Amino acid sequence: MSFDAELIFSALRALTPILFAALGGALCERAGVFNVSLEGTMLIGCFAAVTGSWFGGSVWVGVISAVLAAMVFSLLLAIGAVTLGADAVVLCIALNLLAVGLTGFLLRTIFGKQGTFGDPDLKGLQPVDIPGLESVPFLGRALSGHSPLVYLSWVAVVVIAVLLSRHPWGVRLRGVGEAPEAAQSLGVSVARYRYAAILTSGALCGLAGAQLALGNVTLFSENMTAGRGWIAVVAVMLGRALPIGVLLAGILFGLVEAVGFRLQGEGMPQQAADAAPYVMTLVALFLATRSRARRGAAAPPGRLTGRIPRPRRFARTTSESQS
Amino acid sequence: MNDQHAAAPGDIAEVEMRGIVRRFPGVLANDRVDLRVASGEIHAVMGENGAGKSTLMSILYGLQRPDAGRILLRGTEHSFGSPVQAIAAGLGMVHQGFKLFPSLTVTENVVYGSEPTRRGLVDRATARARVAELVDTHGLHVPPDARVADLPIGVQQRVEILKLLYRDARVLILDEPTAVLTPAEADRLLAVIRGLARSGRTILLVTHKLGEVMAVSDRVTVLRDGRVTARLATAETTPAEIALAMTGRRIDLDRTHPAGTPAADVLEVRGLTVSAGRGAKPLVENVSLTVRAGEIVGVAGVAGNGQSELVEALAGLRPIDAGRVLVAGRDVGDASVQQRRRAGLAYVPEDRATVGAARDASLADNLAMGFHRTPPLAGRGGFLRRAAIREHAARVIERFGVKAASSAVTIGTLSGGNQQKAILGREITHDAPLLLVEQPTRGVDIGSIENIHARLVEYRDAGHGVLLVSAELSEILALSDRVLVMYEGRIVAELPRAEADVHAIGLAMAGGDPTRSAAAADPDAGDDASSTAPTTAHQV
Repeated sequence: MSFDAELIFSALRALTPILFAALGGALCERAGVFNVSLEGTMLIGCFAAVTGSWFGGSVWVGVISAVLAAMVFSLLLAIGAVTLGADAVVLCIALNLLAVGLTGFLLRTIFGKQGTFGDPDLKGLQPVDIPGLESVPFLGRALSGHSPLVYLSWVAVVVIAVLLSRHPWGVRLRGVGEAPEAAQSLGVSVARYRYAAILTSGALCGLAGAQLALGNVTLFSENMTAGRGWIAVVAVMLGRALPIGVLLAGILFGLVEAVGFRLQGEGMPQQAADAAPYVMTLVALFLATRSRARRGAAAPPGRLTGRIPRPRRFARTTSESQS
Repeated sequence: MNDQHAAAPGDIAEVEMRGIVRRFPGVLANDRVDLRVASGEIHAVMGENGAGKSTLMSILYGLQRPDAGRILLRGTEHSFGSPVQAIAAGLGMVHQGFKLFPSLTVTENVVYGSEPTRRGLVDRATARARVAELVDTHGLHVPPDARVADLPIGVQQRVEILKLLYRDARVLILDEPTAVLTPAEADRLLAVIRGLARSGRTILLVTHKLGEVMAVSDRVTVLRDGRVTARLATAETTPAEIALAMTGRRIDLDRTHPAGTPAADVLEVRGLTVSAGRGAKPLVENVSLTVRAGEIVGVAGVAGNGQSELVEALAGLRPIDAGRVLVAGRDVGDASVQQRRRAGLAYVPEDRATVGAARDASLADNLAMGFHRTPPLAGRGGFLRRAAIREHAARVIERFGVKAASSAVTIGTLSGGNQQKAILGREITHDAPLLLVEQPTRGVDIGSIENIHARLVEYRDAGHGVLLVSAELSEILALSDRVLVMYEGRIVAELPRAEADVHAIGLAMAGGDPTRSAAAADPDAGDDASSTAPTTAHQV
């Protein structure tokens, strides 16, 4: 196997859905909502993208449908977790199951198909050649000729990074996630920021779905996200919910997927290639936990509360405020 | 009682609350409370837990609505629906539990929610400059670029004050501000408070510490059972008068208990070391001590010098890296908590809310803990006998004067003092030869303090040994037969009762550096001492 421009190209393409979803997950994480519904929301995005493109006759109708549908879907999470105070993780699991069932059901009722819908007339995202870049050797073939959403995802990394670090909205969002009571006491509405984070995450998952169903391929098949939303969750953890960290973690997964594909072409069993991203995820999770544990051991002991954390805590409370 | 105001008639008060009434089911938390605070004044609001001072401040700050009454700021009537409106009107409050973002910097914390912006983005340079200017103006000594998580608790508190100053608060409400501070930090805070008052700001100090009220305040309003029982000018009153107004009875503030008569060792510790992990300095280093039956051994020290870790290691909550621990002659070095308790140890932890009690369990169940494995509370086959648990609870409640509607209420709903009495009662009822007690009166009102102290002395006189860890020097001095001082994980001084005084202990607490000894001395070491020298004791 050679490490060439085509490999980078396919790695970047594989990265995009994971990156969009992980950016959404990172925003939620920063707002204090552990969002594991990325998988289901992305799947809704895939289906809406194909439906919109098919009936609207334009790929952009497809992309916009994907964004809107995914936002509506994530509104369920926002209402449940923020307004009604339900447990976000439990809700997300339900949403993931709902997405699989709902898209399968709609595939049958709308398209009369089972399993997969694809058609030569279904419009997909067209590659964009970047003037100037395309003629550069190696880089041109690796970086140019992607779908517009691939480039949008790179822009999204920068925008979200600046937003979180420098924009008042981002700084407040971080505060909301870290100490909601403190934010509330300064007149910042925790609910509003969490809604915004969850809905933005929905929109990003919609883009992820559009790229997957209209960019990487041009079809919808049941459960086609195939765990990418979960890999995005891992990317959020591995990248510590930092946009750049999430990007680096995403690149790792994109590369593994691309290498898997390549090896498959060179005679490696398909099952092994398919399993590669998930094996990588497990390894990454293990390493992330290890390094977190080490950091935890080295961190200054509980200085915020002014006391050393007990080795065996019987209950967790942030502070003994009302004594 | 004394009902005159400092301000002349016609003067407009900075804060005036008139006829505030607030009812909770079954309780009248505020009963026609009047509070008048002149501009630039340091006004203490005192009262025991449950006296209604927190409710009153919540109403002033917009956290609660009064059922009746009016709030006037500089003569203008206000009605706050939320703290945000109160902040806009020039009020600011530092809560007991800080409301900070640990991972953000001091500057980010201070400007949060009203950040200066430049071209849409946070203008960090301007924000930092403004914070630095406030720090300088008020002598707060806070590094603007440090992460809040890396700052000691006393500095974090000054970050809270910075937040208020940044929002131009004219009136600062400080709720039990010294409860979490070491003596030196508390002194420093009081100096900051004085400076703020000099700069024209008005301070409302909610506290039940007499020492700091005498040292820093201009006037005092005392609440009891929701009513104002005294309005006093600090210069014309005494701690005893305030205590009387708070409790409705005479409290002997500087009672010293007669010395005990030590007998056999109940705790022997040799060369105890608790490490903090690879490479780090040990939390507890080569500590040796003994506690004999019939004596109270006090462990003094600035918080964070290994006292908590020492007690946790003795109680079995923290692994020991080296050394021997003998409880009533039995080596319990690597024994479990249960084995240690069987060997003869009882333990009142520092953190009663999370370690000492199961907050959401009933008072009866909490009192049964530790007694639940054996008869009479456990019956045949280990099943619990509810009737016996209730009887047991009733006995402890009665004996230790725990105020609760019934033993079925969850312990978390009791006041701090009553929770503490319940936990102390439970542990004393074990009748163990050795009692470990950490911060027995933290956040507890003075009426309960007196009670708790008396119980500890009673326990000692019944022939048990007590190891007392406290950040309150006054408590150490009032109770201990011997005083040990910890500094950086080691015991640096052992003083018999006769030689233990504020000066000697303060010197050792600061690591023996004489220049720091004054700062380390406790502000309310002997509440009477600070009343005679209210201005000198706190100039750091």
